[in-house]
Amino acid sequence: MSMSSEIIVLPPSVTPRAAAIRLGELPMIPLIILATIAFMAIFADVLAPHNPEVGALTARFRPPFWQAGGSMDHILGTDQLGRDVLSRLIFGARVSMVVGFTAVIFAGVVGTALGILAGYLGGWVDQVIMRITDAWLALPALTFAIFLAAIVGPSMWNIVIILGLVYWTRYARVVRGEVLSLKEREFVRLAIVAGCSKLTIMRRHILPNVVNSAIVLATLMLGVVIVTEASLSFLGVGVPPPQPAWGLMLSDGKQGLMVGYWWLTVLPGCCIMLMVLSANLLGDWLRVKLDPQLRQL
Amino acid sequence: MIGSVSNSTLSSVSSDPRRGVAATPARPLLELDNLSTHYISAQGTRVVRAVDDVSLRINAGETLGIVGESGSGKSTLALSILRVLPPAAQIVSGQVWFEGEDLVRMSDAQMRHVRGKRIAMILQDPMASLNPLFTIGNQVGEPIRVHEGASRAEAWRRARALLKSVHIPSPETRVTQFPHEMSGGMRQRIVGAIGISCEPRLLIADEPTTSLDLTIQAQYLNLLRELQREHGLALIFITHNLGIVAKMCDQLVVMYAGRVVESGPVSRIFNAPAHPYTQALLNSIPRMGDSRQRLTAIEGQPPDLSALPRGCAFAARCPAAFDRCHKEAPPEFNLDGGRTARCWLSSVAMQSGAA
Repeated sequence: MSMSSEIIVLPPSVTPRAAAIRLGELPMIPLIILATIAFMAIFADVLAPHNPEVGALTARFRPPFWQAGGSMDHILGTDQLGRDVLSRLIFGARVSMVVGFTAVIFAGVVGTALGILAGYLGGWVDQVIMRITDAWLALPALTFAIFLAAIVGPSMWNIVIILGLVYWTRYARVVRGEVLSLKEREFVRLAIVAGCSKLTIMRRHILPNVVNSAIVLATLMLGVVIVTEASLSFLGVGVPPPQPAWGLMLSDGKQGLMVGYWWLTVLPGCCIMLMVLSANLLGDWLRVKLDPQLRQL
Repeated sequence: MIGSVSNSTLSSVSSDPRRGVAATPARPLLELDNLSTHYISAQGTRVVRAVDDVSLRINAGETLGIVGESGSGKSTLALSILRVLPPAAQIVSGQVWFEGEDLVRMSDAQMRHVRGKRIAMILQDPMASLNPLFTIGNQVGEPIRVHEGASRAEAWRRARALLKSVHIPSPETRVTQFPHEMSGGMRQRIVGAIGISCEPRLLIADEPTTSLDLTIQAQYLNLLRELQREHGLALIFITHNLGIVAKMCDQLVVMYAGRVVESGPVSRIFNAPAHPYTQALLNSIPRMGDSRQRLTAIEGQPPDLSALPRGCAFAARCPAAFDRCHKEAPPEFNLDGGRTARCWLSSVAMQSGAA
């Protein structure tokens, strides 16, 4: 075959949507950590070697297996009631995952919707929503959450609603700011001139453009929400015992820290840290990935 | 006596054709009657007369140029026609007749069906007029879906045809791409395609070429002419480039301080401008092959639109101003050949012509 007959076949142009996710560029470490935690949460019943809520008082404060006195029966030791720490960590993942994600999504949906309405409609709608937001932000988040928890009583789903109510204002603020600059953009004007209704413009032109910020904020908020959930549990107004939550485990184990029962606090603490860190790393990756101009580079 | 043109007869002259149109077939597509749009400050203490008592008309298939310096009310006029004014601005009086309906009195819902469907607009910065998150096909098809309720597939098919009609190479791949993958000239043409997507009767182009380099400008103007011929649409061309007016337009409206100071067929105005402001504008165009003559600039500044002088707004800068100009604002005089001018000199000219 001569050179001239060799036609250089270009690969079919890859559409950005198809190119959006390639395996090699995924942020592996945070994804693996989050996937492991999610896996633990979903299959907790199968994975946990013991019942997380029932312990044997004869087997209290057993250290992890590698320390003297530890055994493979309780790989990560037992707590003050003789409950298996590993089992409690595995079930605690379920609480953190469910509370973290649902609260962040709940707060995100409420906050984004109100932020778009305030920013786009302006006028008295803006005034009302933003003055509420201001007042909301003036309240210290944790104190506010404790107050709400004291009213509605502790339960896992109450905590989700409380965290959603406490944190929606963060989204509303950020989203409103974005909308204010977006609505002056030429393509929004073009949509107005093309006869789109306000609802269509908010849905089709504003929302997709603020979703990026909302998602980045959500991943950052995931860490904050998990820490707040842990704090509430730590303070005794969160997930009620004997349900295993990481924050609750920290709280229960704190007396033991001074007398050498380190595994009761350090292990749930590490779990919280790893999850928050992974969420933040993933958020940063998503921010770059969701920007159509950055993702081509 | 033709010379004794009083204020009352003048105002009736501008509104007469509308009442008499029922019989005449050549009814204008768009007719503005004494339209005024003012910006009113929050306390109501300051009123900026951005568009003041403007009357003009444009027939189907015609091109109307609107020229004037920055701040003379050109853009506000365009926004008033579509009623997409910023919150501070409002239409205080006048009518906008479009295909027999008064747009000023239409409900917001009805107005939405006019925008994009019957009157489309190309904005000042077409480069930024595309949403970065949606594909070209999606955006070109949007007005079709909004106004005609077309299916996604149908809108997509029409989008491809539209891109072809504005000379975008390989429209099949281009529809699936995003705005940042296009060059400036292409984005411009895509915005043009969005403008004509619902086959409007009137296209308003608000300085559509200011952000383009000269070659692309020329291409784009040719494209607009072509689209106009093919779709029989009327074009309002807002610009401050008199060269473009000469190339593109049939009729010309010259605005100064929110008012129409002169209007009429382009060739007549270019050959014999009636208003001193138009004369000054034409004198300030650089001419080829005449390197010795210095360009003349118009001395002074345009007046503050919230504190207009009692007389003619241009009097302070006008080389031909006399006593009356400073005391009394001139009405719109109808001159021969379908021209109008807001200048006392025109009145003098008519008197001497009649004598």
